[in-house]
Amino acid sequence: MDQPKNKRYGMVIDLDKCTGCGACMVACMAENNIPFRDDDTDKLLSVSWMHVYRLSNGKPFPHAEECFLPRPCQHCEGEHGHSPCVSVCPATATDYDMHTGIVSQIYTRCFGCRYCMAACPYHVRQFNWWDPVWPEGMERALNPDVSVRMRGVVEKCSFCYSRYQTALNRAYLEGRRELSEEEYQTACTQACPAGAIVFGDLNNPAHRVHQIVKPDLAHGGRPRNPKVFRLLERLGTHPKVYYLTRRDWVRRAGDNEIQKT
Amino acid sequence: MKIDRRSFLAFVFGGAAGTALSPLPWKLTDDISIWTQNWPWTPVPPKGETTYVASTCTLCPGGCGIRVRRVEDRVVKIEGRSDHPVNRGGICPLGAAGVQLLYSPWRVRQPLKKVDGRFVPVSWDQAIGEIAGELRELREAGAPEAVAWIAETDRGTTAELIRRFLTVYGSPNFIRTPSAQDAWETALYLTQGQRATAGFDLERVSFLLSLGSGLLEGWGAPPFVFRACGALQDRNGRFVQLEPRLSKTAAKAHQWLPLQPGTEGTLAFGLIHVILKEGLERKPFVATRTAGLEDLKRNALREAFAPEAVAQATGLEAKTVVELARAFAAAERPLAVCGRGAGRVPGGLQETLAVHFLNALVGSVNVEGGVIAVPEPEYIRWPEPEMDAVASQGMQTPRVDGAGSERYPLARYLLNRLPEALLQGEKPAVRILFVSGGNPLYSLPDSERTAKAFSRIPLLVSLSPFLDETAAAAHYVLPAPTYLERWEDVPGAAGFPKPLIGLVRPVVAPRLATMPTGDVVIRLAQRLGGTLRAAFPWESHEVCLRQTLAAAWEPLRKNGFVLDESFRPQPFETASRKFEFGNAELKPLAEFRPHPAPGDPGVFKLTLVPYDSLRLTAALGTPPFLVKALESEILWKNDIRVEIHPQTARDLGLADGADARLITPRGEARVKLYLTEGIRPGLVGMARGLGRGAHDRYLAGKGASANRLLAAVEDSSGFEAGWGIRARLERA
Repeated sequence: MDQPKNKRYGMVIDLDKCTGCGACMVACMAENNIPFRDDDTDKLLSVSWMHVYRLSNGKPFPHAEECFLPRPCQHCEGEHGHSPCVSVCPATATDYDMHTGIVSQIYTRCFGCRYCMAACPYHVRQFNWWDPVWPEGMERALNPDVSVRMRGVVEKCSFCYSRYQTALNRAYLEGRRELSEEEYQTACTQACPAGAIVFGDLNNPAHRVHQIVKPDLAHGGRPRNPKVFRLLERLGTHPKVYYLTRRDWVRRAGDNEIQKT
Repeated sequence: MKIDRRSFLAFVFGGAAGTALSPLPWKLTDDISIWTQNWPWTPVPPKGETTYVASTCTLCPGGCGIRVRRVEDRVVKIEGRSDHPVNRGGICPLGAAGVQLLYSPWRVRQPLKKVDGRFVPVSWDQAIGEIAGELRELREAGAPEAVAWIAETDRGTTAELIRRFLTVYGSPNFIRTPSAQDAWETALYLTQGQRATAGFDLERVSFLLSLGSGLLEGWGAPPFVFRACGALQDRNGRFVQLEPRLSKTAAKAHQWLPLQPGTEGTLAFGLIHVILKEGLERKPFVATRTAGLEDLKRNALREAFAPEAVAQATGLEAKTVVELARAFAAAERPLAVCGRGAGRVPGGLQETLAVHFLNALVGSVNVEGGVIAVPEPEYIRWPEPEMDAVASQGMQTPRVDGAGSERYPLARYLLNRLPEALLQGEKPAVRILFVSGGNPLYSLPDSERTAKAFSRIPLLVSLSPFLDETAAAAHYVLPAPTYLERWEDVPGAAGFPKPLIGLVRPVVAPRLATMPTGDVVIRLAQRLGGTLRAAFPWESHEVCLRQTLAAAWEPLRKNGFVLDESFRPQPFETASRKFEFGNAELKPLAEFRPHPAPGDPGVFKLTLVPYDSLRLTAALGTPPFLVKALESEILWKNDIRVEIHPQTARDLGLADGADARLITPRGEARVKLYLTEGIRPGLVGMARGLGRGAHDRYLAGKGASANRLLAAVEDSSGFEAGWGIRARLERA
């Protein structure tokens, strides 16, 4: 069988459709065994791979507008896989996979130096300050496809890599080497009741994510669709999570430096 | 061998360099990190075969199809069914967190009986026997009407079993929990003569006008409404939200019109005024399919509803009102909806009628893209039960909540009136109350008064799976299984425009010593004997369900739902066979009366408006995942944050994050402030769903409950019409 072509899995989130309901966050928590604590109100200490931010246009009543921005790991490609976190990890606990474009996190390698957290411009990485504890009986709901993280390691969104592996295993059993678009979808994409999240292979022109973003793959996947933008584009991190909006102020909010000028 | 300085140094440095170049230090670091991370207390979920089971979610009336992932006999995830007509693969955050309800250690494990103020576990036999004994005693005393039952819904076999039980026992007091459907159903009946629920064909609308409905905050079936709102955007349709605060719905709308709270009905009449005055109504529809337009004209064309007057009342500009009316009437498929927030409060009937009239004027009634009267399903056809003299006499007595009485002829259920009825007289009108849904002790406004009223009931029986506020106050708790452990038929989906029956099926065997509510009813009837036993020929609810559905059972079991694809709106059933803007029954409702917020504006300078969030539940306990996902703008540590406008805060001398006391005529709560430009000055926005007195440690004791601060407001038809209360904020 032919060697499968390299993929560049990415996501585009329609911010005009996102209602900020939080179904993506909860679906992610359930899929990826995210722990919870008695008090999770301090979001800087709370572990959540997907977080919905609230953006405001800063105008006074009644011209105030708000927008919700779900933020998974941006799976930065950087230059040839040198994403900010991957290049600093002393333990090789995080890696950029050239076959899928997914930035991995290997918990058992991580020794908790948190250098990657400092390097990540998107706050996607979170440190386990506490042991994960489930109330009695609730550990029955844990998903065996995703390992539970222990105290002292950093974790982040993996684009539901376990779902990729499951889909790939099934395909191999059926004698295929390529996955169809719907075979591999992240938990947040699947759950989104507004249909705001589209996930797929940016390299594949048949995939919706490619058709929406129209990525310029020669230039780090810069979007050719004028309504699509990436967070902090000027840093050159080349994220593979794109955002779609027709509102200018939201696009500007994607880069706090631009907003200042 | 002589060790000189040179060879010693060569050995040390060479050794160091060699070690550094070897994998040893890295291997050691790695081993240490692995060793320190493999604590035995970090759970390792056991592997096993993965299977999926299709079922229906019952956590709200939305009726979404779910796909439950199991690993061996454990439920690990709940996803939306992509082939389900309501949610098409989507799921709301509550639905996705449903597993945590199944495995919650705070579930009631076996029947409980309160002895000396404390719960003691009892057997099912003992609990059912003792309650049946009380029922028998009451019946022998000739007061069967002193039994009442509060149920989540009046649809489906469980509700029908309860109703049948009460009928044969001799009590008319079956009470459904309130929702915006109460007002919509009454409006449909009055204007169209149809006994039906209101469906909204949102997927085909081109102009959606929402009068305070939290379309993206739990109104209807959330995934269905979300998808429709998104599709409206794709079609370049228009979506206008009228609401005093910048809710998530308002944030997503094309236009947010922050009107004064409580003036939604006035605005609806203002729009009708402009449409009628300028002759913008859809003439073919109004001329051929409606009657009594004169009655509406007489009312709506009054000066009180002229744009200037409406502008004065609502706080919008007169120009905006006129433009809105014109744009709405000119749209291809306009639709107006109401039911504040998640639609858990009926709101005033007159307000709903005004919105319904607005739809009728633009021809959006019983057509594609309009309000559609969805008939109540008729698959439950049981033989009429035999009733004895006691039952017949009991059924003649007026309902305890006053619904259907001379004073409230239109209402069918008025749970909101129950506390007042209970507080009357020397002995409370209800001696035995069963609660199988709605958690009224938390979800009804004016919690303190409600608690006082319910405490007068000599025997309160809760059938909740959880030790919620009502269960905690009950004398017996007969725990029901969760929706992942039982059979249930779910007729209809809230706001969905087509008739649908969904099936709930056990995904796992019941984890605890629970009993489905339907089985409790059958067991009670069997214990009571006589006509009651005869009325329930089924050995269990499951058998009853299979027999009742008969031919529909197999397709339902196979597919998980049955959708009537061919359904078309039915003709109007009024005397004139037309949509009636006026008739004898509508006459007393003609003159519109808004409901001001209770309280003295002199003492209470602000107005508290509660709001709904999809990350908080109203009656059920919010699962830990949702509490975790809750915004820090709503909950910070253990304090609820209330929204106020920065100008209001300046006037009070309070800053963002300040601790304050929120005081209303009904009570007081400790809150923290959240300053936002997204709320009308003078208002205090407060999320519903916190301040829980029971439930798990992730939820209990956090924040304050809005219901504790609100007062019950009743409209002329008896429906709960409250939307807020006067309030003041003081520095804590």
